[in-house]
Amino acid sequence: MAEPADLLFGLLDRGDIVFVDAWHKGTASAAVAAGAGGIATAGLISVLVLLTVKGWWRPLWQDWLTSLDHKKIGIMYIFLALVMFARALAEALVMRSQQAAAVGDPGFLSGEHFGQLFSTHGSIMIFFMAMPFLTGLINYVMPIQIGARDMSFPFMNAVSLALTAAGAALVMTSLVIGKFSTGGWSGYPPFTGIDFSPGPGVDYWIWAITLSSIGSTLTGINFAVTIYKERAPGMHLMRMPLFCWTALCTSILMVFSMTPLTLATLMLWLDRHFGFHFFTVDSGGNMMNYANLFWLFGHPEVYILILPAFGVWSEVISTYSGKALYGYRSMVYATMCIAVLSFTVWLHHFFTMGQSAQLNAVFGIATMAIGIPTGVKVYDWLLTMWGGRIRFTAPMLFATGFLVSFVFGGMTGVMLANPTVDFAVHNSLFLVAHFHNMLIPGLLFGMIAGMQFWFPLAFGFRLEERWGIIAFALFFAGFYMAFMPLYAMGLMGAARRSSMWLDPAFASWVAIALAGALMIAGGFVSLIVQIARSIRRRAALAVPAGDPWDGRSLEWALPAPTPEWNFPVQPEISSRDAFLEAKRADDAYQMPEEFEDIEMPRHTGAPAVIGVALFLSSFGIVWQMWWLAFAGALATLAAWIAHSFRRETGRTIPAAEVERAHCAWLETVRHTTPVPRERESTPANRGLAEEAAT
Amino acid sequence: MSEKKVLHPGLNLHATDPGRHSQAETTVFGFWIFLMADLVLFALLLATYGSMSAHGVADGPGPDELFELKMPLIQTLVLLASSFTIGMAMLHVKYSSDLQGLSLWLAATALLGLVFLVLEARDFHRFAVTEDAPPQRSGFLSIYFLLTGTHWLHVACGLVWMALLAVQTRAWGLASQVKLRLMRLGLYWHMLDVVWVAIFTFVYLFGVIS
Repeated sequence: MAEPADLLFGLLDRGDIVFVDAWHKGTASAAVAAGAGGIATAGLISVLVLLTVKGWWRPLWQDWLTSLDHKKIGIMYIFLALVMFARALAEALVMRSQQAAAVGDPGFLSGEHFGQLFSTHGSIMIFFMAMPFLTGLINYVMPIQIGARDMSFPFMNAVSLALTAAGAALVMTSLVIGKFSTGGWSGYPPFTGIDFSPGPGVDYWIWAITLSSIGSTLTGINFAVTIYKERAPGMHLMRMPLFCWTALCTSILMVFSMTPLTLATLMLWLDRHFGFHFFTVDSGGNMMNYANLFWLFGHPEVYILILPAFGVWSEVISTYSGKALYGYRSMVYATMCIAVLSFTVWLHHFFTMGQSAQLNAVFGIATMAIGIPTGVKVYDWLLTMWGGRIRFTAPMLFATGFLVSFVFGGMTGVMLANPTVDFAVHNSLFLVAHFHNMLIPGLLFGMIAGMQFWFPLAFGFRLEERWGIIAFALFFAGFYMAFMPLYAMGLMGAARRSSMWLDPAFASWVAIALAGALMIAGGFVSLIVQIARSIRRRAALAVPAGDPWDGRSLEWALPAPTPEWNFPVQPEISSRDAFLEAKRADDAYQMPEEFEDIEMPRHTGAPAVIGVALFLSSFGIVWQMWWLAFAGALATLAAWIAHSFRRETGRTIPAAEVERAHCAWLETVRHTTPVPRERESTPANRGLAEEAAT
Repeated sequence: MSEKKVLHPGLNLHATDPGRHSQAETTVFGFWIFLMADLVLFALLLATYGSMSAHGVADGPGPDELFELKMPLIQTLVLLASSFTIGMAMLHVKYSSDLQGLSLWLAATALLGLVFLVLEARDFHRFAVTEDAPPQRSGFLSIYFLLTGTHWLHVACGLVWMALLAVQTRAWGLASQVKLRLMRLGLYWHMLDVVWVAIFTFVYLFGVIS
């Protein structure tokens, strides 16, 4: 018979609280863990205090957490991404410090703690930094670019965010209560099976990933349906801005490839706690099942991450070069090719795990083939810049940094695609250097550039340039210093995920890498400084007319910040680069003939309730507090059912209100002096572009 | 877009405005995409089953020792019959606003679904207890139980959904919202049938002849 306390708290014990653990152990490693837990707790408490002192609880709930507005949901996604980015970046610094300190010495972290760090760093960067960041950008921008009022399923959109946030909260909780998995972001069994990882760490990983993968599946469905069904009249597929094309391909990949991950993590959970034999080494289990399922997700995931960044580059490069995107059609086909090929290469993640050489060769060639459409894209971007009047704003600097570095990373990718080379360097730091080389200049730079580029849409003012450029310099140089040494070390035989080195030759390389990591952290701080300073100077940076960069697509045809209803009347599109064409034809900033009432989705608290309930439910499963698990699941179901009984889900915005807002904006535009491109980074830029001399 | 183009084929929403039709089109299209994602789940389960039923038997019983065709065939017929009854229910939604007929056909579907669940649960019990072949015994049994168990759970969720819709039909009558939900329930139910046919073929038929 179980003790009542066991029923109540499950596996949870006082010693699982990170501070108690550190008190008992008294090691440096436990102190670092307690410090991290302390920072997380202090952060949470200060946010709660701030909300209370400022009286922001009500606006937070009414304007944000219950909102189904795709723009607000997008902003919340990006906020979540930045918070999680800060944590995962801090973990990277701790790991780099450990490796620098641990040449011929155990260093200050225990191997187990180091294992947790690379597991959370990887899992967070993929699932809770990159995914929310790109989902947030697409959420905000894509519906406006296709001339829509909202996503097809606004409620589901909010539920996706709630699921992702619940997963992120679970990872954050593991900082303070218990330990996280040490099985890396890919969580391979049998190491993550119950025999080798008995504690709740792997379960934290399983449920955080499960929640976020379900959220991403729903997001994918929502994006795809929105693009297929909500385009404004005349917005043919081949007239969509390229960012929408990449969003479409990404969402198709999400629909198909998130399910394998959900399935793999749930099977692992059944193996661990119910004695199933999917991935065990005995009784007919086979870990190759896991490897195949995980990478059936994992490889398309790489393109889920990079394609939206390609979309951002296409918009940024064409806008700041003042030219139409070169080879639009070839870009579209290249994007589609990449999306299709991404399903044909998953085996290259385990070349060394026992297939025949012929099979490896097939997948190696398929992998190299992806270089072709990607190469097409690189040339298209270069040719877009060719002959253009390029303005080196911060996003454009990130774009140039991307072009150089991404080609470099792509070449090491082609090297790794060769199975014979892969046998020599797999599981080494060479691989770690390669995928950071793709993801930092590719994805991360893209997301930062996208945020800086579209920031005025969301908040009505530009981000000031200077700190953006400083951030670029630090990120760019820091990336090279942090990861070029890893290529060298990998070729010298340094295994990835090592918490210490025996070879003294690594000492200088890891020291340089640590310096690089510090510069990247400096880049992140600069971004925060840029945002903070811009908020303070928002009056001078305001661009109420809405078009600070002489934009080309529909999102710039609206006031900044974007009104809740996006478009006062549904736009009619007759060409690519619709807004630019309208400006050249003196057809922009028009008064519609008549306004109509607009129906927008009504606010609802159900998604927030579902998010909290699922977080508690997963927490209950992790610690085997079954009452909490069931209560959370029931609450989720109840909120969902209650929502289905709401008959009126719409809210009407009267035509008069829309008309008033639109007239006020047109008045602003009339009183705004157009600004030439060379002065777009000065306070003279109020968001109205002067027609370029052609 | 003309009004004709956006009329949704499976439903008679004619009493309402064209905006609702295009909204219905979007909703149902979204549901198709969801079904596709759900089918990916079953495809993966079936693929894993294909591999583990051959390589994961270990020292447990294999498919040829465990399966017979009588029960699965009865289950198949029950589920196919429920597809017919829900089809009739959908015809009632489309051609007459006859609540009574709709309720009867839905009740028949729910009953057949329930029979299916009970029969399947009896099978699970028989394997796990009588035949000493629980999912913990071998990889093959693990995936067998997961594959059929996932389908079982889907049918159970369908029944809960049906009960909720019965309440909503009673409360609101055949409002467009309810009609759309009924239509999606119908699609979902047919998909479960298709999946079951695949399970019957690849698990039971192949298992018996192997």
